[in-house]
Amino acid sequence: MFRNQYDTDVTTWSPAGRLFQVEYAMEAVKQGSAAIGLRSKTHVVLACVNKANSELSSHQKKIFKVDDHIGVAIAGLTADGRVLSRYMRSECINHSFTYESPLPVGRLVVQLADKAQVCTQRSWKRPFGVGLLVGGLDESGAHLYYNCPSGNYFEYQAFAIGSRSQAAKTYLERRFGNFMDSSREDLIKDALIATRETLQGEKLRSSICTIAVVGVGEAFHILDQETVQQLIDTFELVGEEEPAAEPDAPAEEGGAAEQGGGAAEQGGGADQSAAADEGVAPMEI
Amino acid sequence: MTKQQANWSPYDNNGGSCVAIAGADYCVVAADTRMSTGYNILTRDYSKICKLADKCVMASSGFQADVKALQKLLAARHLIYQHQHNKQMSCPAMGQLLSNTLYYKRFFPYYSFNVLGGLDSEGKGCVFTYDAVGSYERVGYSSQGSGSTLIMPFLDNQLKSPSPLLLPAQDAVTPLSESEAVDLVKTVFASATERDIYTGDKLEIVILNAEGIHREYMELRKD
Repeated sequence: MFRNQYDTDVTTWSPAGRLFQVEYAMEAVKQGSAAIGLRSKTHVVLACVNKANSELSSHQKKIFKVDDHIGVAIAGLTADGRVLSRYMRSECINHSFTYESPLPVGRLVVQLADKAQVCTQRSWKRPFGVGLLVGGLDESGAHLYYNCPSGNYFEYQAFAIGSRSQAAKTYLERRFGNFMDSSREDLIKDALIATRETLQGEKLRSSICTIAVVGVGEAFHILDQETVQQLIDTFELVGEEEPAAEPDAPAEEGGAAEQGGGAAEQGGGADQSAAADEGVAPMEI
Repeated sequence: MTKQQANWSPYDNNGGSCVAIAGADYCVVAADTRMSTGYNILTRDYSKICKLADKCVMASSGFQADVKALQKLLAARHLIYQHQHNKQMSCPAMGQLLSNTLYYKRFFPYYSFNVLGGLDSEGKGCVFTYDAVGSYERVGYSSQGSGSTLIMPFLDNQLKSPSPLLLPAQDAVTPLSESEAVDLVKTVFASATERDIYTGDKLEIVILNAEGIHREYMELRKD
């Protein structure tokens, strides 16, 4: 995107019918570190990459508990994300207070989207610079939504946002057909693998990623570092060993073999392996 | 020309009694389960006790609609606190919050007579007693409600420590063991049930200690 004379105000249309400020806000989301979400019939898993500014500082908090049944992972301007999380928490508490029942996820994301839309139509405001992956459970099942700075929202089976999210999305696109019936453990494993894809060959450690789970009979909570490291160690045996370590459903065997191939190439960079995987994908049924 | 009086009151008294006793490493909170209006019983099985936080339990007698509203408000405020501080509220903190919440409606009060019981940050039992508008004090034991006039003197007789003005400073918490305190509570309610028509049916006892929260019930006279 290049600078042009229609991009100063959010209230100025371009001749092509675009609001550049809103699109720039979506760019801010793409610059943030990755956040990933996936869901099954009964669980939703959120994962994110936590990059600290320096070794001296603490990690950015990118996953927030909104209520027992809803959590959110953010990418982009984390300060905007914090403020929106506070709004979401407040809405959930008010709904629970009035109706003595948990706020349905679909309702919350609409309220959030409307709030975002307001900032795209006021000259004295700016759009929120954060993308939110809202994962939660309600009477109609498990849901994962993505809320844009534009005020749009979509429901997803699995999604990734932020920098290098395309690598994760590619992995998720291959595997999402199985997610609906996945077990909790498989869902978490897929989240970890998708997270690893965004790391471009860097070793996946629990210190740079955060995983959170919500499910039937399981309130939203962030897994602690030890648990995550154990899961990484269990699932993330390096390269070729992975196919042998998988006792999963038949549908995933093809994926496992291909993952082994993809993982072996990681030394050459995730882009290459992503391209190679894409090349391999059509052969897998 | 006499002053016009209201022909309707927003308040009602649903009766009942509450007690709380603080021990060295436990706290006992108890209340009867009778809910009445006037001379009628609405139900024999209504809990006046509410868990506000992991280490903080409130028992309230008075107008149960106001009590319910108060409990909901405090629960919502506690959720906000947990989101902001990443931990549960301590009993003294909840004590202050309850006081502020009550005083907020100083000119249309919650008709709610509360005792707050729990463990403080050192694990010692703590009891706070309130009036309807939020005046509160940390004490070793307290009772509120329709039977409190019968119960309080007996607790004073059994538990009262020397005056806090005496030196060296004496702990307000009772040296009694947990089971002795529970027995005392049972005795006290059995006695109050005899003479207070609004107290009876069943006694609910909640015990907080280092292991967590434990609940017990005892039958009381139903007349």
